[in-house]
Amino acid sequence: MQVKVLESSFDPCLEVQQYQSSKAVMNGKYGATSIFVGTMRDFNEGEDVKGMTLEHYPGMTEKQLEMIVTDAMQQWQIIDALVVHRVGNVFPNEAIVLVAVWSVHRGDAFDVSRFIMEALKSKAPFWKKEILKSDDVRWVEKNTDGYK
Amino acid sequence: MSIKVRYFASLKELLGRSEDEWEFIGETSVIDVWQQINKDVELPVNTLVAVNMEYVSFHSIVNQGDEVAFFPPVTGG
Repeated sequence: MQVKVLESSFDPCLEVQQYQSSKAVMNGKYGATSIFVGTMRDFNEGEDVKGMTLEHYPGMTEKQLEMIVTDAMQQWQIIDALVVHRVGNVFPNEAIVLVAVWSVHRGDAFDVSRFIMEALKSKAPFWKKEILKSDDVRWVEKNTDGYK
Repeated sequence: MSIKVRYFASLKELLGRSEDEWEFIGETSVIDVWQQINKDVELPVNTLVAVNMEYVSFHSIVNQGDEVAFFPPVTGG
């Protein structure tokens, strides 16, 4: 398991490839890899958005992410998981979050990917401040429920 | 006893600072901490609180050396 908080942009595919390559012990063991990537849009709630700043609580953020992944590993039979999340200045089309899950069969990989994302959205201390096209700034006040 | 109190995101902007060092005597809960440090500022609805980087309730008791953090609902992902 690995969780990473990055201050610069990242390539989700490269992150998955590098992590997988570093885990030779997984070779031949997994039959499913679920990869979720959350990407910044250039619009939100009826406004054009040109960028945002992602703040976090260093230490607690990593701790919460590790607790979420550990919780998932206790509930489902997965082989490994990788979570990467951006902080700092983020721009449209850049990846914000990556959740990759390796398991024997697809069901666990799909379920855990969803579980980690929903838990991250409600527990991991990150906060988004949007910069609108008009140069006004606003805090995103809450996350939407991913199951609705 | 002394503790560190931290604020994040919109709460940090509301208060105009990111942290306080605070000393107190006797049994003190998290909500007491807010009310005594920020006497004139009503705690915003939906504020979350953590002690030593774990979520707690506002009635949790704080101890010497604790780090108490107040912040708005999280919006990552």
